[in-house]
Amino acid sequence: MEKRVTFSSWTIGILFAVPQLLLIFTFFYWPAGQAVYWSLTLQQPWGGGNIWVGLDNFRSILANADYWNSITASLVFAGISTGLAMFVALVLAALTDRQLAGSRLYRVVLIWPYGIAAPALAMAFRFVLAPEAGFMAVINQVWPGFWDPGLDGADAMASIIIAFSWKYVGYNFIFFLAAFQAIPRSLIEAAAMDGSGVMRRFWDIQFPLITPTIFFLLVINITESFQDSFGIVDIMTSGGPANATNLMVYKIYSDGFKGLDYSGAAAQSIILMLLIVVLTIFQFRFIERRVHYR
Amino acid sequence: MASIAIRGVKKNYAKTQVVHGVDLDFASGEFVVILGPSGCGKSTLLRMIAGLEEISDGTIAIDGMVVNKLEPRERGCAMVFQNYALYPHMSVAQNIGYSLKVSGVPTAERNQRIQAVARTLGLEQLLDRKPMALSGGQRQRVAMGRAMIREPKVFLFDEPLSNLDAKLRVQMRSEIRKLHRRLNATSVFVTHDQVEAMTLADRLVVMNGGRVEQVGTPGEIYTRPASRFVATFVGAPAMNILEGTVELDGLSLLGGSRRLAMARAGLPVGTKVAMGIRPEAVRLVAPGTAGALDATVDLVEELGAGRVIYVDLDGAPFSVMTSEAVHPEPGSTVGLKIFPDDMHFFSSETGTRLDVFKASVPEPAL
Repeated sequence: MEKRVTFSSWTIGILFAVPQLLLIFTFFYWPAGQAVYWSLTLQQPWGGGNIWVGLDNFRSILANADYWNSITASLVFAGISTGLAMFVALVLAALTDRQLAGSRLYRVVLIWPYGIAAPALAMAFRFVLAPEAGFMAVINQVWPGFWDPGLDGADAMASIIIAFSWKYVGYNFIFFLAAFQAIPRSLIEAAAMDGSGVMRRFWDIQFPLITPTIFFLLVINITESFQDSFGIVDIMTSGGPANATNLMVYKIYSDGFKGLDYSGAAAQSIILMLLIVVLTIFQFRFIERRVHYR
Repeated sequence: MASIAIRGVKKNYAKTQVVHGVDLDFASGEFVVILGPSGCGKSTLLRMIAGLEEISDGTIAIDGMVVNKLEPRERGCAMVFQNYALYPHMSVAQNIGYSLKVSGVPTAERNQRIQAVARTLGLEQLLDRKPMALSGGQRQRVAMGRAMIREPKVFLFDEPLSNLDAKLRVQMRSEIRKLHRRLNATSVFVTHDQVEAMTLADRLVVMNGGRVEQVGTPGEIYTRPASRFVATFVGAPAMNILEGTVELDGLSLLGGSRRLAMARAGLPVGTKVAMGIRPEAVRLVAPGTAGALDATVDLVEELGAGRVIYVDLDGAPFSVMTSEAVHPEPGSTVGLKIFPDDMHFFSSETGTRLDVFKASVPEPAL
């Protein structure tokens, strides 16, 4: 029997919910509503009222090749970094699950990167991946000019992908390991008795049974790769070189606070929000079908 | 069909040893039941035969070939797990056919064999269902089917019936027995349920504390338990044990407060023994009868066909099973008649059977 606390009077329930509702309203619905309003107006850079311009902001953004470049960069970043972070975490978790001694230590060690603020880890990776002094300098010594995120857009993109993935590998690892450990050992043993080898067991038994976790992490990773990438981009590349890493979330900041185009930035954030909503709906509609919930 | 030879097998986990040198031989086609309380190492032994646990010391050979270093799949064993271990994301047909799929049997042949197994187990209507949508008994059948389809040399059962309700358990028990008669594969069945063990076994292995206490047919185990542990573990209600000392013309029990006269003395006078008597071997007589022990009735359990009478013998618990039409009231006094031929003697120190009394008597044909 499920035990549930029920309140005879509904007002008590409402009172319990009020703090959370206030927080959500203050920090989500209100600013989001403001952004929608601003995106439909033209704000004065130094204050002093605004003019209603309808969808002009959206039209001018979508007509701008720079913005489409930013969308492409964001999608590339989201796709590769999500794939990399999830794949590495999956492999690590699968290996840890097989050899359980010390798994508690791995859990602690691997969650730390997630706790590090994005700018701090970006700073670290900026040094690690510096072409003139870091680890990559050794490779540049052998192949001069092989690596230079300051000049080569692809190198810069690779840098921020590596930094972002490093942070999310730990987060994903925790969930994957928990999912693997939730699979009853006897299922693996039964598959072993059925003649299935390690790899075969992974694909036939373990992988299908952790699909709910994979799906959850996919949604979270894609969403976060659009939003949590700001600090990394700002510290490591500032959107450069030549806008190669000017992701949508960074462009909102630079256009809004450096270019003082508040209305354009508000419109961009509305587009970003819609893009994430559409991607999430897409994932629930088309990928969730392949998930085996137990 | 295959014989299994277990030689000096031990199992250690880090610092604790759970199996202390087991030697057993299972003949080809035999149905062997390993019986013991939880934690006695019976499941560990089974898993070592299956290849799911490493063998710390000793060897296990299947059909004369030592399998210590072989992977589970190379040993030709199939196993039915306690919680069935069905793959939750696969249909019944996929569950049963998984081993064939892994070994690359063509789809047409695979489906044919799945159908054949499903027919045997009465699962034809359920082949497209997921395990979630099955009852306990049906899941059990699927687990059996998954083991059967490979036509293994050896069947291993790890307490497969313990998750079923009482009625289904009896039914599955006879089904397993029938199945074994048909397939005639060597079967090793682990259980802590003595009724299951007695009814299924060709031969019974009783284990305790990581050691084999006794090996024999169910009849032998019941009539001639090799140790005090086996005597009290097999049989329900458990065999009564009374501590006593052998005297010249009888037995002094319970520190001398009771005495049983006995003509045939065989053990050295003064030997400390634990005398065992099965509840069903005790006769109820009128209190005060010569040569009987008087006791106070504590509790009567009605079983329908008979009843179990729990009595107090100077503080020692004692039970009597009778099918006679006697209904003693709790608190009343009854006489207990115990015949020397029904007594079992175990060493007070080691618990092993002392058989001096019956040394001259020919072994009963079993």
